[in-house]
Amino acid sequence: MKDHVELRSGAYADSVTLLQVSRAVQAAPGVVAAQVAMATGLNLEVLTGMGFDVPASSPNDMVVALRLDDDADLAAALAAVDAALVPARPASGASEVAPPRTTGSALRRTGADAVALVSVPGASATVEAMDAVEAGRDVMVFSDNVPVEEEVALKTYATSRGALVMGPDCGTAVIDGVGLGFANTTRPGRIGLVAASGTGCQQLLVLLHHAGAGLDGVGVTHALGVGGRDLSAAVGGLSTREALRRLDADPDVDLVVVVSKPPAPEVAEALAKDAEALATPVELGLLGRGQRDLTTVAEAVLERLGHTAPAWPVAGEDNTGAATGPLLRGLFVGGTLCDESMLMASEVLGPVRSNIPLSPELALDSTDPGDLLADTHTMVDFGDDALTQGRAHPMIDPTLRNEQLARAAADPRTGVILLDLVLGHGAEPDPASLLAPAIREARADRAIPVIVSLVGTDLDPQGLDAQRDALVAAGAEVHLSNAAATRRAIQLLEGARA
Amino acid sequence: MSTPLVTVGATSPTVVACGADMFADAVAGQAVDVERVDWRPPMPGTEADLAAVATDPRRPEANRRAVEAMLGVTAHLVDVAPASEVLGLERGQFLHAGPPIAWEQASGPLRGALMGGAALEGLVDDPEDAVALFESGSNVSLEPCHHRSAVGPMAGVVTPSMWMWVLEDRATGRRTYCSLNEGLGKVLRYGAYNDEVLTRLRWMGDVLGPLLQAAVRGTAEASDVTGILTQMLQMGDEAHNRNRAGTLMLLRDLSPAMVTSGFDAKDVSEALRFVGGNDHFFLNLAMPACKLALDAGRDIPGSTMVVAMARNGTEFGIQVSGTGDQWFTGPAQVAEGLFLGDYGPDDANPDIGDSAITETAGIGGFAMATAPAIVRLVGGTVPDALATTRRMHEITLAENPRWSVPVLEFQGTPTGIDVTKVCRTGILPQINTGMAGAVAGVGQVGAGLVTPPAEIFPQALAALADAARAAR
Repeated sequence: MKDHVELRSGAYADSVTLLQVSRAVQAAPGVVAAQVAMATGLNLEVLTGMGFDVPASSPNDMVVALRLDDDADLAAALAAVDAALVPARPASGASEVAPPRTTGSALRRTGADAVALVSVPGASATVEAMDAVEAGRDVMVFSDNVPVEEEVALKTYATSRGALVMGPDCGTAVIDGVGLGFANTTRPGRIGLVAASGTGCQQLLVLLHHAGAGLDGVGVTHALGVGGRDLSAAVGGLSTREALRRLDADPDVDLVVVVSKPPAPEVAEALAKDAEALATPVELGLLGRGQRDLTTVAEAVLERLGHTAPAWPVAGEDNTGAATGPLLRGLFVGGTLCDESMLMASEVLGPVRSNIPLSPELALDSTDPGDLLADTHTMVDFGDDALTQGRAHPMIDPTLRNEQLARAAADPRTGVILLDLVLGHGAEPDPASLLAPAIREARADRAIPVIVSLVGTDLDPQGLDAQRDALVAAGAEVHLSNAAATRRAIQLLEGARA
Repeated sequence: MSTPLVTVGATSPTVVACGADMFADAVAGQAVDVERVDWRPPMPGTEADLAAVATDPRRPEANRRAVEAMLGVTAHLVDVAPASEVLGLERGQFLHAGPPIAWEQASGPLRGALMGGAALEGLVDDPEDAVALFESGSNVSLEPCHHRSAVGPMAGVVTPSMWMWVLEDRATGRRTYCSLNEGLGKVLRYGAYNDEVLTRLRWMGDVLGPLLQAAVRGTAEASDVTGILTQMLQMGDEAHNRNRAGTLMLLRDLSPAMVTSGFDAKDVSEALRFVGGNDHFFLNLAMPACKLALDAGRDIPGSTMVVAMARNGTEFGIQVSGTGDQWFTGPAQVAEGLFLGDYGPDDANPDIGDSAITETAGIGGFAMATAPAIVRLVGGTVPDALATTRRMHEITLAENPRWSVPVLEFQGTPTGIDVTKVCRTGILPQINTGMAGAVAGVGQVGAGLVTPPAEIFPQALAALADAARAAR
């Protein structure tokens, strides 16, 4: 084995591109391991963990780290790196017009109907988003790790400009049927969503899509994400109010649904008042202790539109036997799905520790593998800021979750593993191909029950049926409803306890 | 009328995607037009300051005001007079280009120009004797042109007896000043000070200055310098390294009054030949016209617009609207370009002169696309020229509707350099420049392209960020 580590100053590519580059280079002849990444703190940890010796660097440097067979050709491996990096930038000749370098510059080149989508690292996201707001345009900020005071400043300014800021940390939006970020493909209808929760929004999209086949008006026309912190005390629902105003004014929207992670109580109260003042009826789906789960909210929406909820689909029940230990391990890519499951599980099973805890004393350190396997029920959101700093979202890069899945399965105290898998635009082209082997591996020694909520529609580019079948074949039980999946996991653990 | 979603309409929206290509691809996959931003990380260590300035609630309006004020200025040529009269410059006081500097730090061309200036004023008989005078520092003082509403090309040395153009903004009565252009080759502004140089300067003081004064005062309609700039930009001048059309238009304005001024016909003829034979003559009007416009944008709290770029041959400095008179400085760079005769890069002094005021205002290097005739002089190609002007639009706040570029579909020149955009993109202002010899007395050795030292923009940004935080 021989290692080659080099820094490339001034080179830049986004974390998703670099993940793809790393994968491409790993497949090159003679390459044992390859990691091409920006030298962020988290990536340096990963590189050190892989045994690479990285020289002093700044987060603006690109690190190319290769581990080669003894007789492998370094030049050929580096050529593979360069080849994989090339398509990341469009070629530009002297006579061509160079691409815009800022969001503001790009907006000057487009029509007045343009909407901006910002997914740069969080430290730079506010600056790009301000360009859009300054131009009076709506903007979706996918980026996380944006300081809350910047969010407040951005949204306060947007209010004065009549612009809608979706995010920061907004995973999902659907505007006029166009999905931004992670979004499922759904039939249009007469429902408008406001979502302070990306995967919560996706859960409602897919449940309503499933229930609405052939039903009049059941479908979503716009899903306006507002970012996970919008209903916090600090932000006070600035974007939620603007989104409600827009949907109330839209003649094609008959019913507005608000979905959120647990909001600040006083903000929730104010929101309820605002909602009552609108001409369009509003269904509030705010997660919290004693509140409804998202599936129940979807059922209530169907009822308001005069329809009965269907039985939510389940597949692979034959795979699932009794719990193999006392503890529930939830490993999520969707923060709201994680929240929902925690709320449901803690009511029945008792305290659940998490990196996004329901109360501070339940916090665990997501960077400490020992803490992740604490001697209580645990649920981890791998999409949380601390785990995505300088790396791709787990919907794209499943590495961290798959590693933890193996550890959780090896822990004899683990009784049931609860997972989510989210389809749609922006997600992996074939995520089950990455998760299914990990599930199969996890169940190799013990037939530990693995329950998956598969958030997707039959119109999603990945194909819902194929994804479900792959997971079932790997030994999972697969639900469309995360609440149903969670209930099933709880039931199995209760059964073991009884 | 309710306000609909901005995106609701007959046409599907365009999405501007800034960040991960994957999301842009996902949008494009839904048959929606995507404009992709070629985003790169900002200059190292600037993220927090950029965010602080971006969210400064004063900034958008402050920049709008700065741009509006700058574009609202029209410079008229109202007088020609000695610096002692219009600037109050006294014996022993010397102005120079760029940020403040002392004799000890002064480079060859600045020293050469100061030595020649001292001889011109009769402070010494032989320019070489001026070294001791400036070293002693007694009865002499150095001060930037910019601190007296003036701009000086290259070394920019102004002494009390030199005649100055006087430009005025009619709306406010504000004035700016610049010396008369000496021509090319062995000239004081490039640091040459031999007898030929001093003889020419004396003729300019004795004959040219008074004659131009008579012509300007005798011309009923004051020359609209801003208007001449508009026309010359459409005639192939970028008004920094090429001023041929501008010079001839100025002559068109002034020559009737010069002829009837009552001055000796031989002097008038000599003056017309001197001006007409000096393609750079109009530069000394373009520069104060730019300064007049930019000064209108000064001192607006929260504004991130650069209002001056200037070099003293040792340091490159900028001033920013939102940070008052503070200079942000770094080492001046050596230009890249073409050299006269057998001079080479080793002979060139680092960048010098207030003439980058033209780029600050949106012409010169920023208007390269309009001046394909000079791209070779400054070492470039025609596609480079088009790309340069387009690139400068990435770091500016506005387009100047008056100064338009025919070959770019009459798009206005990129105007109002934004410190934040420079830090965000890493794109540095492009400056067309002449190159002075590094040794005092040599004169011009070439011309080319140069940029400011990158680090002065994060410095200015940090000051803007501090001000923004203090204003919260």
